[in-house]
Amino acid sequence: MDEIIAESPAAGEDVPSAEQMLGLEPTEKPRSMFRRGLEVFLENRLAVVAFGVLVLYLVLCFLGPLVYHGNTSHVQMDEITLPPGPSHPLGTDQNGVDELGKLMKAGQISLEIGIASGVLASVIGMLYGAIAGYVGGWIDAVMMRAIDALLSIPLIFGLIYLASTVGRTKTVFIMVIALTSWFSLTRLTRGDTLTIKVRDYVAACRMMGGRSPRIIFRHILPNTIGTTIVNTSLSIANSVFALSVLSYIGLGLQAPNDDWGGMFANGSSYLDQNYWWMIYPPGVSIVLIIISCNFIGDALRDAFETRLQKR
Amino acid sequence: MTTYLIRRTLQSIITVFIVSIATFGMMHLMPNGIVRGMLGQHYDAQKAAALTHQLGLDRPVYIQYAKWLDRLVFHFDLGYSWTYHQNVSDLITENLGQSIYIVGLSLFFTILFSVPLGVLQATRRNTITDYTITTFSFIGYAVPVFFLGVVLRDLFQVQFHLIPTAAQIASFHDAFTQPEQMILPVATLVIGGVAGYSRYMRSAMLDEITQDYVRTAIAKGATKRRVLYGHVLRNAMIPMITLVGLSLPTLVGGALLVEQIFNIHGIGVLTISAALSNDFGVVLGTTLLTAIVTVIGSLVADISYAALDPRVRLT
Repeated sequence: MDEIIAESPAAGEDVPSAEQMLGLEPTEKPRSMFRRGLEVFLENRLAVVAFGVLVLYLVLCFLGPLVYHGNTSHVQMDEITLPPGPSHPLGTDQNGVDELGKLMKAGQISLEIGIASGVLASVIGMLYGAIAGYVGGWIDAVMMRAIDALLSIPLIFGLIYLASTVGRTKTVFIMVIALTSWFSLTRLTRGDTLTIKVRDYVAACRMMGGRSPRIIFRHILPNTIGTTIVNTSLSIANSVFALSVLSYIGLGLQAPNDDWGGMFANGSSYLDQNYWWMIYPPGVSIVLIIISCNFIGDALRDAFETRLQKR
Repeated sequence: MTTYLIRRTLQSIITVFIVSIATFGMMHLMPNGIVRGMLGQHYDAQKAAALTHQLGLDRPVYIQYAKWLDRLVFHFDLGYSWTYHQNVSDLITENLGQSIYIVGLSLFFTILFSVPLGVLQATRRNTITDYTITTFSFIGYAVPVFFLGVVLRDLFQVQFHLIPTAAQIASFHDAFTQPEQMILPVATLVIGGVAGYSRYMRSAMLDEITQDYVRTAIAKGATKRRVLYGHVLRNAMIPMITLVGLSLPTLVGGALLVEQIFNIHGIGVLTISAALSNDFGVVLGTTLLTAIVTVIGSLVADISYAALDPRVRLT
């Protein structure tokens, strides 16, 4: 109900006056979709903070190691399980490895795989949905039934299955996570496509000899890009989650290359010894990234979803 | 209604069929992987070839699939687990009880808590109560199950010793006789579940409150309480049925992690340990089982939705 009220244009705002419409006064140049979107996004304080957190983590993980040189490679038996102190800001683990250095290194892997598979999932989902919606008929029906089937396999079971059968490298994880998380975007894009493909400009393009790929890439996909942008942000959150789940249950990347999930799993096996510094930094990092991406996604939805566009 | 029932059931059967092809396909994309996993350190080309032949992996895939499907449908035979030295179907029956127990309890408490919370939020819309619950549900929704589980374990078992750490819960009997060991796993799943469900309940209530029949009822002089609980709540509960059906995969997936955290040997831990030792037969079996449960869940949800809401178009 909120949305319906919000959608109707507010009185006296942005409505061109009679002079403007008659061309007596120069009209303002229409603002671009991204410009408008950015304004809406910046109004959302929570999203700006979330974006800040994300940037901070990117800086910490990718630029941090240039400044901070903790021992992340060799076993140091005289420094094992030290609590946080001046020489080790986040303490050390059971091998005497510096936790802050490890957090940065693991963060690189979490973020790289998370972002890469999030983006890949969006591209797959967008293309699949647009093609299914555009082609229609029985091909569409088969393509969507296949998705129903894949959706009914609980995500984690699918992930465990693929991770254990295909092998475990960074590329494999990017592919596996992307391949199990593109379904929701496909449904949304297909829905958008169904309404766009019957518009006059698509008919006009076809009449002028525009072929299907041109129609899909030049006319349909640009009109669904809002949904895709929103979904990419949510899908990055899901990918970070999926990767950490796999690592947590021991099916992630192997020890020296583990991500935050692996660090968290390792730390939580020392739960009874109360080594909290091995558990909470990676755990909180995962939670913060997931929450940030979700907030950013919500704000982007307000900013770019054409269906909810306020102005 | 009958046509809808038949149509919807047929659709589910087709879905299960596709799932079976997909899982079977995944397993047999690399037949060598299976043999290599079984032989482990004793791998050599001759043994591998013999085993491949013995398992029928050298025959065309569609024949393998037909044989596998035949054994599955007519004998409930999912193959043999070489790490547990047991039939996969027996393994599943042994471990199913405790998993269903956790999932069932969690679902029960999730609905029990989220319905009143959603009603409360909808009736106190845009007040402090509403915003507070909203904030908590956002956090509860975003915090991964495994993190929440470990935090709860840390708080209640390690820091304050409120609940003793027990040996592994290995059977349904253990789960039933040690109810205190079920509190934390169920709480972990319920917190995550309530966060999502109460949001849906809130918006379902708000959707119904604005309907014309509510205005009519109020105009006729019905009390607020009667309108709210006699009319609005009953109608708002209907979409929840679909939600329960749709959220089954998430719940089952969450249960898998919770089993791992709280040392409960159910379907989840069975799957994880089998996957870690390349015992694909078990993984295939449990994946298929959960998929079928999910499909049945959404089928039941759709049918009861159609039965309860006369406005649903049965096409």
